[in-house]
Parts: sequence; structure tokens; C-alpha cells
Amino acid sequence: MDAPTKKLKVATTSLAGCFGCHMSFLDIDERLFALLDLVEFDRSPITDIKHCGPCDIGIVEGGLCNAENVHVLREFRANCRILIAIGACAVNGGLPAQRNSLSLPAILEEIYHAQHGLTHGSIPDDPELPLPLDKVHPLHEVVKVDYFIPGCPPSGDAIWKVLTDLLAGREPELGHGLIHYD
Amino acid sequence: MSEGNFTLDGEDIPFQEGQTIMQAAMAAGKYIPHLCYHPEFKPHGSCKLCTVRVNGRATASCTQRAASGAVVESNTHAINDERRALLQMLFVEGNHFCPSCEKSGNCQLQATAYELGMMSPHYDHFFPNRPVDASHPEYLLDFNRCILCSLCIRASRDVDGKNVFALSGRGIKTRLIVNAKSGRLADTNFSEADKAAHVCPVGVILKKRKGFAQPIGGRTFDLNPISATPHPTIKEG
Repeated sequence: MDAPTKKLKVATTSLAGCFGCHMSFLDIDERLFALLDLVEFDRSPITDIKHCGPCDIGIVEGGLCNAENVHVLREFRANCRILIAIGACAVNGGLPAQRNSLSLPAILEEIYHAQHGLTHGSIPDDPELPLPLDKVHPLHEVVKVDYFIPGCPPSGDAIWKVLTDLLAGREPELGHGLIHYD
Repeated sequence: MSEGNFTLDGEDIPFQEGQTIMQAAMAAGKYIPHLCYHPEFKPHGSCKLCTVRVNGRATASCTQRAASGAVVESNTHAINDERRALLQMLFVEGNHFCPSCEKSGNCQLQATAYELGMMSPHYDHFFPNRPVDASHPEYLLDFNRCILCSLCIRASRDVDGKNVFALSGRGIKTRLIVNAKSGRLADTNFSEADKAAHVCPVGVILKKRKGFAQPIGGRTFDLNPISATPHPTIKEG
């Protein structure tokens, strides 16, 4: 692969996810060194930068379960030329979206009031807490997403395949064994 | 019985009089994506995934009789794009959360989506509210994953002679129902010996206390893509 003359900027974040996809990203192991010859990281748990600046590729894990998730996703979309949804939660809401058939007040009531042993429970209402959304949504329902890497989590090999395809200017493609939804 | 030939994506496929395009293709070892078709049952022609172009006209290959000299196209970009869109609509209409589904890895919907390279659901999700029926002591019905293929209906009616299942409603409101006054599986004569207990291509009809028995990597479609084994003996549980 011909290396780009300038390093590409990559930002990553986890919204309503479990950071499992980021852990899987680290599973590309020593290939991280090869990747670091081609890219530099902007906002990411790797750098601890808090806001995403102008980037070539944004990788977003997790779906949207609260107002802050939407805010961060829009910041990524505004700054990234290519936006990648990574993992089941980003692609279809995943595990958090399994609350969607229940009403939000009923869930909050169950968790903070009704559950056994919660005699003085109260629903958190600190103004610093982002408000939960009525339903959990996958990323593509709110912003345009350019590429998707499904999987819970996608394997390090699948992530490597998509990234190297993109860096080489190819349309990413996952064959049998790399594409999976679980 | 008279015989003939048609071409499928340019290859000669022999057929016997009365065979459908799907039957002849399968006999020749050619895979045409499908969900509601099963070689042991009368075709239903409803999922439309097996749509091919016969002499330029789109038709379901599971119901269309093979005709001598016909030019059939199946594995083309345009047709596979349409198939992918059908799959995406199936995924957003139900609640298909593969990581927490017992059928994952053995699911024909999932394996067909892998085959066609479906990377995202594309459409907005319905997130419908479909309660499960856990009333039966041995079997669980998770309607969230139903794709209305009607295989359980055909198996129960044509093989088991029981009519345990039916489709109710029309259009987007169509749903699978259980033929009992209470609507519960426990109040039918459904049993494990039924053919209907073993034909669900997705994760609706599930044997209880069997889930996740096989490790990831050893499940049916972990080993081979569905195009290589369209109707394997699905590993249960």
C-alpha cells in the first residue's frame, strides 16, 4: 500500500456502548504500530483529548441513549470527513435498545423506586446529567454514516480490514468470517 | 419425464419438467438466496428474496417453473441490491438483536445477510413491542424475530396435521399467531416431535434450556457461508 504523504487524523469515541469495540480495536495488536505510521489520533480514549477537531476518519462506538450522545455524534459528523459506526450498538442500537419496548418512566421507576431494597430511592435529576432519550437509536437514524462495521464486537481483524481498505482507497469489504452481527 | 436446460448467470442448468427454477438450481448445486423457501414444503413465494430475472422479467424463482431456453439472472449487482434492501426491511421491522439471540450463528436470516454483505440496517428501526410466549414447558416463542416466512405454519398444517400456527392481519400488521383461544402455545397440542418445532429459519421457535450450547466458531454458519450449505442440518440450541 502506498503511504499517504500526510498522516490522516482519526478520532474515536464510545457513546451508549461498553468500550468493547475499543478493546477489540486494540486487538489489532502490533499492527497498531503500522497504523501509527499512517494516522495520528485526535479525540480518543488513547489521547484523552476531549473534543474532536477536523479529522479524516471518525470511529463511533455505541448508540444514542441520551442528549450528550447526540451532541458528541453531531460534533463528530461536523468534523470528520468519513464517519464509521462500529459495533452492534452503533449499527442497530444493540443491547441498550432492548429497552425500547418499555416506557422510559416505567424503567426509571423500576430502577430507582420499585426495586427491592430501594426505600428512599429517587430518580437522579442533577442538571449536569444528560437527559435520557425516550428510545435508544442507532447512529444512522440521526446523522449520515459512511461505513459500518457490525459485530459485538467486530474482531480486530475486521476493524483492521476496514481501516486498511479505507487507507488504501478501496471500498471496505468483509468476507465470510469477518462479517458477523454477534 | 421430459427434460431441458436453461441458463443461470450464463451457466447451463438442466431441469426436469415441472421443476421450479429454485429446485433445478439447488439440484445443480447453485445457490439462490431465499428465506421462505424450504425444499420439503410447498413454496410460499412471499419473502421475494429468491427473485431472479427470467428473460428480463423479475419473478420468484421458488414458484416459477423452469422453461427450456430461459435466460435467468440471479447473482447480479442490481438484484443483490434489491435483496439486501428486502433483508434490511426485515431487520428493522422486527427486533433482531443478534448478540443476545440463541439462534445466532445458526440463523438463516443472519447468514443470508452475511452472504449479501449487509453492513447496516439502513432504514429507521420500528422497535416494535412484541411480547414473548413462554407458556409452553418445552418451547419458547420470541415473536420479535419473526419474518413471517410461514414455514412453521406449513409444517404444522401439512406435516403434523395440527394447524398450531397461522398468520393474522394484513400488510404491515401481519403477525404470527397461535391457534388457541388463549393465544398461548401451552394451550395447543404442539410438541417437540412436530416438524414445526424444527423449521424456523430464525430465532422464534426455540427449545427451552438449550440456548448458547455451541461456542462461537462451531455454529452452522461459522463454519460455512449459507451459499455453501443452504439447508444444512441446523444445529439446535
